[in-house]
Amino acid sequence: MPWHLVALSAVLVVTYAALCLLDAGASAQYSVEGRRSGYTYLSPENQRLQDDDFANPGLLWVEQGRELWRQTDGTSHASCATCHGEAEESMRGVRTRYPRVDSQRGKLINLEQQINRCREVHLQAPAYPYESAALLALTTFVSWQSRGLPMAVHSDGPAAPFFAAGKHFFHQRRGQLDLACAHCHDQHAGQRLRGEVISQGQTNGFPIYRHLWQTLGSTHRMFAWCNTAVRAEPYPYGDDVYVNLELFLAWRGRGLPVETPAIRR
Amino acid sequence: MIKPRVRLPSTASKGEVIEIKTLISHPMETGYRRDAQGHMIPHHIIHTFTCTYNGEQVFRADWHPAVAANPYLAFYTVATESGRLRFEWIDDTGTVYATEADITVV
Repeated sequence: MPWHLVALSAVLVVTYAALCLLDAGASAQYSVEGRRSGYTYLSPENQRLQDDDFANPGLLWVEQGRELWRQTDGTSHASCATCHGEAEESMRGVRTRYPRVDSQRGKLINLEQQINRCREVHLQAPAYPYESAALLALTTFVSWQSRGLPMAVHSDGPAAPFFAAGKHFFHQRRGQLDLACAHCHDQHAGQRLRGEVISQGQTNGFPIYRHLWQTLGSTHRMFAWCNTAVRAEPYPYGDDVYVNLELFLAWRGRGLPVETPAIRR
Repeated sequence: MIKPRVRLPSTASKGEVIEIKTLISHPMETGYRRDAQGHMIPHHIIHTFTCTYNGEQVFRADWHPAVAANPYLAFYTVATESGRLRFEWIDDTGTVYATEADITVV
């Protein structure tokens, strides 16, 4: 074979390999080693809605969060931006690490609780109520800065006992229906529950804009909703039990990209 | 309060048909639902949307209870001259949510 033909076929092979990789990358993004983001269960219309940075209604909360980031509050007359500067740089990757252990208090805290701790300690302002519009907006805005980055929480070391508690909760039967999270979201994910396809229950898109609620909601609102659905008494928002579960689920969805604000049914 | 979002091209050629997209946060409560305690949730919807182009109304919509929460609306208009578009959403408490955007016509 003349040398230029060899070179040409080499180029073609390389191009073909690159195309294959690209293709695999595009479809694998929302699915990592069998872990499937809720995105993969959405209809194409809802996927487009999530991907459109204008039509996605979750962006309303991102915009409000952007304003709150710069708004001075409390007796310190400071804002988030006073300490953290531009959120685009300082908050990048933060969402992927939460919940994390707060070493000072030896307690597991999620992003909402970290925001409120910052408000109380540094801004000297009252904590936002859980699930309030302001707390959702700031959480969404901070999470938005990590969009596309893989979830990577620490489940070992000081986090180990919290992780074990969360894992236990996930596998514990509850409610009148006597179901554990694992029954639907591990054993029957992908199958139908009446008209719905059961997802794996991944949390990488939270806070999510949920069509059923017609508004944005946190992981804890979803946990409470799920608990009620199996006719169990839900825990209050921000409860340690739910934060532990949040850690276990974040680990369970490790490697999945942050999709905040995701669209879900 | 969450601000409405509007997207339109910042520049357009004269006579061009431009698409305008709008999104606003609103509960659009029908007045037919009850809360967990069984009390009626009061009717609370945006009933009128208007768009004025340099003071002249170019688009208007009347909304009713079946419109979903956080309504998204896209529509078209003709870029006639440079100036300001004003968007207003009026709900049944009389609150007016308004925002403006400028366009340059070349």
